[in-house]
Amino acid sequence: MMNKYTLYGITLAVGIFGPLMFPAYITQFTVLWLMVVFSLTWDIMGGQMGYNSLGNILFFGIGMYVCAIVQVGLYYNVGEYTAYSGAVKVNFTPDQYFTGLALGTVAAAIVSSLIAVIFGWIVFGLRGPYFAIGTLGVAIAAGELIGAWDYVGGGGGMSLPLFPGDSDGTAFNYVAMFTLAIATFLFLKWLYASRFSLAINAIRDDEEKAEGMGIQTKRYKTVAWSISAFFLGISGAIFGNMTGFIEPLEVAFPTVTFGIFMVLMALLGGKGTLWGPIIGAVLFHVIKEFTWTVLLGWQWIALGALIVVNVVFFQQGLVGWMQERWPEKFGIEVDTQLGVNENPSETVT
Amino acid sequence: MLSNIDLLMDSPFTNAQLLLDGLLIGALFALSAYGLALVWGVMNVKNLAQGDFVIMGGYIAVVFAQNGIHPIIALPIAAIVMFGFGWLLYITIIKRVIERDLFTSLLATFGIAIVLAQGMNLIFGPDVRVAESGFETLVLFDGNVTVSEAKLAAFLLAALLATGLITFMKKSRMGQAIRATAQDARAAKVMGIDTEKVYAFTFSLNAAICGAAGVLIAMVWVIQPFFGITHSIRSFVIVTAAGFGNLPGVIMAGLGLGAMEQFSGFVLGAEFQQATVVGVLIGVLIWRQVQQSKHRQVVE
Amino acid sequence: MLMRRAFLSTLALGVAAAGLVAAGPVSAKVEGDTITLGSAISFTGKYSSNGIHAKNGYNIAVKRINEMGGVKVGGKAYKLKIIYYDDESTPARGAQLAERLIKQDGVKFMLGPYSSGLTKAIAPVTEKHKIPMVESEGAARSLFSQGYKYLFAVLSTSEQYLASAVALAAELNKKAGKKPGDVKVAMAFENDPFSLDVRAGVMEDVKKHGLKLVIDDKLPRDISDMTATLTKVRAVKPDLLVVSGHSKGAATAARQIKELKLNIPMIAMTHCESSKIVNKYGSSVNGYLCPTQWTETLPNKDSTFGTAMDYYKTFQSTYEGYEKSVPYQSAQASAAVMVWKDAFERAQSFDVEKVRDALAATNMSTFYGNIKFSPAGNNIAKPMFLRQIQDGKYNVVTPSNVQWPLKAK
Repeated sequence: MMNKYTLYGITLAVGIFGPLMFPAYITQFTVLWLMVVFSLTWDIMGGQMGYNSLGNILFFGIGMYVCAIVQVGLYYNVGEYTAYSGAVKVNFTPDQYFTGLALGTVAAAIVSSLIAVIFGWIVFGLRGPYFAIGTLGVAIAAGELIGAWDYVGGGGGMSLPLFPGDSDGTAFNYVAMFTLAIATFLFLKWLYASRFSLAINAIRDDEEKAEGMGIQTKRYKTVAWSISAFFLGISGAIFGNMTGFIEPLEVAFPTVTFGIFMVLMALLGGKGTLWGPIIGAVLFHVIKEFTWTVLLGWQWIALGALIVVNVVFFQQGLVGWMQERWPEKFGIEVDTQLGVNENPSETVT
Repeated sequence: MLSNIDLLMDSPFTNAQLLLDGLLIGALFALSAYGLALVWGVMNVKNLAQGDFVIMGGYIAVVFAQNGIHPIIALPIAAIVMFGFGWLLYITIIKRVIERDLFTSLLATFGIAIVLAQGMNLIFGPDVRVAESGFETLVLFDGNVTVSEAKLAAFLLAALLATGLITFMKKSRMGQAIRATAQDARAAKVMGIDTEKVYAFTFSLNAAICGAAGVLIAMVWVIQPFFGITHSIRSFVIVTAAGFGNLPGVIMAGLGLGAMEQFSGFVLGAEFQQATVVGVLIGVLIWRQVQQSKHRQVVE
Repeated sequence: MLMRRAFLSTLALGVAAAGLVAAGPVSAKVEGDTITLGSAISFTGKYSSNGIHAKNGYNIAVKRINEMGGVKVGGKAYKLKIIYYDDESTPARGAQLAERLIKQDGVKFMLGPYSSGLTKAIAPVTEKHKIPMVESEGAARSLFSQGYKYLFAVLSTSEQYLASAVALAAELNKKAGKKPGDVKVAMAFENDPFSLDVRAGVMEDVKKHGLKLVIDDKLPRDISDMTATLTKVRAVKPDLLVVSGHSKGAATAARQIKELKLNIPMIAMTHCESSKIVNKYGSSVNGYLCPTQWTETLPNKDSTFGTAMDYYKTFQSTYEGYEKSVPYQSAQASAAVMVWKDAFERAQSFDVEKVRDALAATNMSTFYGNIKFSPAGNNIAKPMFLRQIQDGKYNVVTPSNVQWPLKAK
């Protein structure tokens, strides 16, 4: 009991006081919470349901572009805005900016979830590595296709409206991202205590059996992916505004960076647990920022080595490792509803 | 796009040129795909670093060419060097990944891919490189079709290598051991085959094949440290379409992919060439899924 | 026991905060006798070769200015210094690093990154924080239609790159008796901000001269093969082929045009010098038209570096590997630093707004060319130059010395 509240207390403390104490680092903190959202949403599919997706970044990019289109499109013609010859000059009032942002974020979440439903129909027949490769392929294809779409500027990218007024928007974006991270966490906490999580864990453990027991696997898979898509879409919308300039291959659909980081963070912290992905995200973000500054030139090699070491030697992740060392502290629930569950389905209580 | 299709209709020479270019380069794709098929079929390891092995082989050829040695001589040397490299990778990393779940090998090899790509970037820099082979260009049909001799030579060498591989797999003891292990690893072990050694050999053989393919690619195209992932995806597409036991299938799929890329680049525009590869991948995966679900229905 | 888990988690999160703080150096201000400029530039990734050319340009200017007594403000002499971060040729990273330079390192005066894409990503950041940036490697015209007030560019914008090549094609073909509508233009551009901006400029020029556009291909980013496009070129027989895809686009195109034995009367390409096609392909690239922002034969001169040729020689003796040519990317980078010095000295202050206003009023002549900024921030006092590769050398093109039409080799 005590440690749960301690964890919450610490997180809130870091979340609220961190940026106040170190205002110069607000953007770094914002990215930290983005990483938390990344790993939490990946874990729904990968850790809890056993469907390792390499293409979740698809929704991040879709959210980003949908929000941008709405933000600009409400007041100007997007095609003209991104045109190279005689581009229209823009001037957004604060009112316009915030309305656009709000509507854009909502649109981002809805469209991403819809895309999850549509693509889910395509990819959920695939199993194991084919699913992973298939989702990776879809994410890459999305980047390429949007790169060929002149309406949004194609490969030349698109600039977003600047945050209005004198403030530079960093505080606003921080609060938005932190709120998103907390919302994602609370939602998943509720979700993982519900029957839904039992169903998806069953799919992870043995899909054929689960189907045999009458669980409508297709439906659960699609819903799970839509949940990931929902939160990822919003994160993309916020990140797009934070960055100010979006571009298909490197900002919106960075499959080889953010896309893979999602997986790594969850693995690092312990997939299939609630706090694992969060701890993994924090650790990863810190290590990454550190190596990028200190080991400049060698940072990617260090990262690749970390991936290999983590995957080969340490696959259960930090929380998984802690669970193995001190199982009593984790309140392992034995599930009587669906039969003995041999893999401790973790709920931190 | 329509005007491009008109162009195709008008001139048989254009068709011939695209087809020829596609087939010649497709042979190289098929080569590295075969290596992937081997590793996947025998060891169930999905090697995302496949493309980076290819690029490594390419750089060996570049270094040779820079020092005045003809890249074709680099071919056997690259194969041997990459064989050794593959062996090293096997005993340090791959060995531990085989027993685990399928996703692990993907991720582990991805980590290796990152390290390789960045390493090559540090050593060679990010500019595109070519292994100059000094070959000329043949002109056919009164200047309407050109065949680069380098591509022709690469095609012939690839064919030679493929023949050598097939013979090796059929006739040699190790080749037979590999095929036995692929069929049923436990039975093979029971029969006295040292499966560990077979695995190590297979992985190293794959690296060697990729190295050789890389030398050829450096001769006919260009290489760059970060082009590896594109080649990896191509290999995956080919293997997914053809299945792993199926060498003739891999060859057909490789040639087909090469031709498809050229035609789509012509008709749709070069920016869709990459998307075509991925599109084919998704198409193949869906097709397989449909097939498998039919199979499942039959079973039910 | 339970404490242990709480402790570990506390540790994890505490490390997070500490790590993030430790991951950056302490704020560096404009203090003492040093003015600190900041730049996120590509040391790694696909733009690294030009990123390094630009960095060398920045450094040689800082060195020379400091040697000559530094920047004189308020009766005191200040030295220049630059903080660099590697943006890895990725826009998102560049934007984050720009933010770090401004917020964590306290930089108030920025130098630009390499490439239009990265400049497009960093410009919103500097604009948001009201920090002036003098950039020298982002030519995209679209940078200057956003209404940015804190962005200044010393280079000519992208739509001018190939304008004279298209005009030349129109003129030569007209003289040879061809109607403008019969002059066929084929183009292949990489799908990135800079190349697409150049393309927009070419399309406008094609329309202006009434020429006919027959091929309009966009090349993917990791282009290793252009044969499909070039086969189309062979089928269509254009009078002018235009290719722009940074250094690897130029290298790949040059190689494959030679390999396919294409017969194109006029070929224009960007990034000829930085892709070193003369070194690599010798005589087969004779006749290629190459736009450049600067050439060492220009008559400009200034008090810091002397003439363009003086700069050329100084640069060659300072850095290795530039024996054949000094790329314009370096020259314009040096010019950017010189603009900063000039602005500080005119403003006689380090107040950011005053300096920004001084920048906007810049009107100077340098070895690189004349620099005067339009209200949008781009340099309107300097033209692009068109050169042709003749016998392995880059010669400025005039109607009398141009080699045309080219024959296949």
